[in-house]
Amino acid sequence: MTMGQQAHAEHLENDLLLASGDGDQFLTFILAGEEYGIDILRVEEIRGWSKTTPIPNAPSYLKGVINLRGTIVPIVDLRERFHLEHLDYGPTTVVIVVRVQTERQGRVMGIVVDAVSDVYKFKSIECQAPPEMGSNVDARFVQGLATVDDKMVILLDIDRLLNMEALTEILSSNA
Amino acid sequence: MTEGAYAHSNSQRHCGGVNGVNIDINQFVQSFLEESFEGLEIMESQLLGLKDDADTETINTIFRAIHSIKGGAGTFGFREVAEFAHGVETLLDQMRAHKRSVNPELVKLLLEANDCIRDLLIASRDGVSLNAQHIDRVRESIDELLQGPASADKAAPAPVAPAAVATAVAVSNAAEAAPEPEAEASPAPGAVTGFRIHFVPEHGILRTGNDPLRIFNALADLGELSAHCELDQLVPLDALEPEECLLSWQLVLKTEAPEAKVRELFEWVEDECELVIEALAAVPSADTVDALAEPAASAEERLDAPEDTGVADVHPDTVSDDGPTQDEIPAPKPADTRATPVAETAETAADTPTAPEHVASSAKRPPADTPKPDLGQARSTERRGGGESGSIRVNTDKIDALINLVGELVITQSMLSQIGEKMQNQENDACLEKLFEGLTQLERNTRELQENVMSIRMLPISFAFNRFPRMVHDLSAQLGKQVELRLSGEQTELDKTVMEKIGDPLVHLVRNAVDHGIEPPEARSQAGKSPVGVVHLNAYHKGGNIMIEISDDGWGLNRDKILKKAVEKGVVAADQHLSDEQIFDLVFAPGFSTADQVSDVSGRGVGMDVVRRNIKSLGGSVEVRTAPGKGSTFSIRLPLTLAILDGQLLQVGGETYIVPLVSIVESLQVRANLVKSVAEHNLMYRLRDEYIPILFLNELLGVPGTRAKLHEALLVVVETEGQKAALVVDDLLGQQQVVIKALETNYRRVEGLSGATILGDGSVALILDVAGLIVLGRQHSERHHQQKDAATAHTEAA
Amino acid sequence: MAKILAVDDSTSLRQMVVFTLKQAGYQVVEAVDGQDALQKAKATQVDLVLSDVNMPVMDGITLVKELRKLPAYKFTPILMLTTESGDDKKQQGKAAGATGWLVKPFNPDQLLATVKRVLG
Repeated sequence: MTMGQQAHAEHLENDLLLASGDGDQFLTFILAGEEYGIDILRVEEIRGWSKTTPIPNAPSYLKGVINLRGTIVPIVDLRERFHLEHLDYGPTTVVIVVRVQTERQGRVMGIVVDAVSDVYKFKSIECQAPPEMGSNVDARFVQGLATVDDKMVILLDIDRLLNMEALTEILSSNA
Repeated sequence: MTEGAYAHSNSQRHCGGVNGVNIDINQFVQSFLEESFEGLEIMESQLLGLKDDADTETINTIFRAIHSIKGGAGTFGFREVAEFAHGVETLLDQMRAHKRSVNPELVKLLLEANDCIRDLLIASRDGVSLNAQHIDRVRESIDELLQGPASADKAAPAPVAPAAVATAVAVSNAAEAAPEPEAEASPAPGAVTGFRIHFVPEHGILRTGNDPLRIFNALADLGELSAHCELDQLVPLDALEPEECLLSWQLVLKTEAPEAKVRELFEWVEDECELVIEALAAVPSADTVDALAEPAASAEERLDAPEDTGVADVHPDTVSDDGPTQDEIPAPKPADTRATPVAETAETAADTPTAPEHVASSAKRPPADTPKPDLGQARSTERRGGGESGSIRVNTDKIDALINLVGELVITQSMLSQIGEKMQNQENDACLEKLFEGLTQLERNTRELQENVMSIRMLPISFAFNRFPRMVHDLSAQLGKQVELRLSGEQTELDKTVMEKIGDPLVHLVRNAVDHGIEPPEARSQAGKSPVGVVHLNAYHKGGNIMIEISDDGWGLNRDKILKKAVEKGVVAADQHLSDEQIFDLVFAPGFSTADQVSDVSGRGVGMDVVRRNIKSLGGSVEVRTAPGKGSTFSIRLPLTLAILDGQLLQVGGETYIVPLVSIVESLQVRANLVKSVAEHNLMYRLRDEYIPILFLNELLGVPGTRAKLHEALLVVVETEGQKAALVVDDLLGQQQVVIKALETNYRRVEGLSGATILGDGSVALILDVAGLIVLGRQHSERHHQQKDAATAHTEAA
Repeated sequence: MAKILAVDDSTSLRQMVVFTLKQAGYQVVEAVDGQDALQKAKATQVDLVLSDVNMPVMDGITLVKELRKLPAYKFTPILMLTTESGDDKKQQGKAAGATGWLVKPFNPDQLLATVKRVLG
């Protein structure tokens, strides 16, 4: 952790102490050593990796679709989405099934992550990703930052992250 | 009422919270539209069947339909519809009262009016403008009829004064346009501070459920009310009829409300009472007792002349002789007059079995079902949903069947989990056997459940058929032909979506049958046929399909004429040898039905090729059988539902794909000498006389691996919309029915795919869209050319 | 809260009436025609009947007559929902024993005001 980040974390912790009332709960997961969080209310279920059926002409991070109790659910590999090194799927590889809300409809999608970490309740969230964060994550997808026991957790805005238009945009530029 | 309450359909109808409830009546508009379209369907079919004046039940049914539409239209803000419907309703009311005779012109006018109302509704719903001229013309015709003598062929003159009708219309308009009376009528500027009301109800007033106390309560809401009860008509207790109200009242109401408002509260009992309302002069906070005293005296005066009160059974003697004192009277206050009836009511209520299941069962009955058994056809039309609404009315039996099935499924599931627990503890064969038993049961339940859920989307084909009586009626009149339309198999069910899409092709085929199939009456007579031609629409199930046949007993297709025309149009070569069947099939060829076939009725640029294409796009087929001089039959075969498809499973790379069986022409081993290379990358396959583009599925679908070796692969020849393609696949796996799942639900539409399905092992297989694949193939080869061109250019530059 | 029987063969109008009444806290029983209403009225005692006049199977006027024959409904308020052109219907309704009427078209506020007037 850099000095700047430490200072930032302390700042956040102060916020945590000062804030009152209940915060939102977040499910966190690990991706390439970093911890990310998503709103737990959006999580439908957590399941192990299973073989997907590839979708033609889709971006590479869209691993295909699976059958989730009769619905066809697309699976997005978050490592590939964040342009991180690909990791072979193993026993700990986990798919978090989330509900994504768009203007027109709700969608159910799965995200592939290295492992699920914990559930936290954050009382305060720093809203802007600091520039020195040095993460691989596009700042657009970051809802905010929070700290737990000196660890920084990047809270993702899954609606933006899994926005179909954005996914499609990348698709058409690929084509 | 807020102003918006009668605004046009597209604006907000909102009713503000005078009573603390806020209700947006827009939410009922969909329902209103649906039932109005249904009502119009009923009206139309009943009008077409209307023979004469004696047909009172039919006239009544039509009247009720238009009456409901008018009522709803007024309520939900479709003012134009309400006004238009009013005239129609008046006509029907006259017919109902035998003041106007049924005649073809009248029926025709009513049918036109029916169309106008439909147009007005659709225009309001969609917020579009419409052909006002036509509507005005029909409206004028109706007005003319209403203003003229009711019926020329009736001996009795029209008892309905035209003025009365006009007034009624005016009233309805005024009622809609004018705000609430109290909103405008401010208290008189004079010194009216209230009213003195003398209220002598008839004895039977309670029998209409009118309780004077309620009126007083309502009056008290307007201001300060004091009441004085007059007991002078009371009879001795033993003679007292508990159901009669023998009291009368003197009331003083101090209020700023206008007299109209006060009178309104007595509106329902006007005919059942003697009522005198006098404005009170400005007696500044006069003693109420004083105010009461004087009118009490005048009431006594009135009693001297009982005939004026309109009360026959007054017994002044009894009252004055041993009239009960106030203490003895059990019911001196209006509230108490209700005591006995209330008790009785309670008792009866207690005796009546509460029977909740009774209520439930009658509540289950779909409201639109008419219990009249003799209206078979009307009933089916009645359930027709209006327009393209996304909702569907479902027979409750179907829902009940589903509920039962889900119940069984739950039982099976719990049974299986119990066995699972047992097996964990002790493995033995008996458990295993039970498990398989349970699994079999689960499979059966699941399949039945699926079938039942599917059936919810199923509607009887009468929904598509019911437009034809009118259409054939109008068409044959227009063409000077005599045509009888026969419908059969109307209860045959098919998927709602298929139904919506088959409408236009059916219309085309029926028009064709009337226009081109059936001969004019003279020609028929000359040929020794009945002058009345028959067009027969028939539907039935066959396998997993629904068959719809449109037959006529007319000319039949002319083989030579078709061939000649096809050659002229360049559809076939002059020297091509064709079987009769192939020749008749030419009527579906693109470019065949054009120009000289265009008439007022058929034609319009829509040819039979479009009919075939539309049917094919639904996964169906259409063919024709004909016999010269005897007529033709067009047979349509359609899948029962679009949610299930008969698929061929293919293997490409390691993946399984599904191609709709209906689009497969044939599958074949590749013969190398039949593969032709067009450009370097584009291969064609020669299939008899045709060259068919070869599509490498693994390339188009991005399946990893290199281009399949053609000599090891299979070709699946597919066809859609007249285009063929040969798909290169590794293997054919088998055929099965698959349930189509949309990819759009959680992802997006994908070019070349029509959806996905779940295979028996739980994995997902993608369903190929043949038309999309052909497009993909074209794009693919174009891109390849561009790349090659670029590469060539690069090489040349270098 | 009072229980009201709402009778109309028109689904949309019945829906509006039922919804409005329920919003105002009344209990509501629905019926699609006079026959249906009569059965339901026998099954459950209601405090007020609101009925359309023109209905298939059994019309509103007949319904009123039939209800008044029942001891339990001798004095129950019955309001007819009539159209503005239905003056004769008002009279027929009154003669049959109806308490009063509400003229169509009406809006939710008018409906509630009228109901309140009858039920207090």
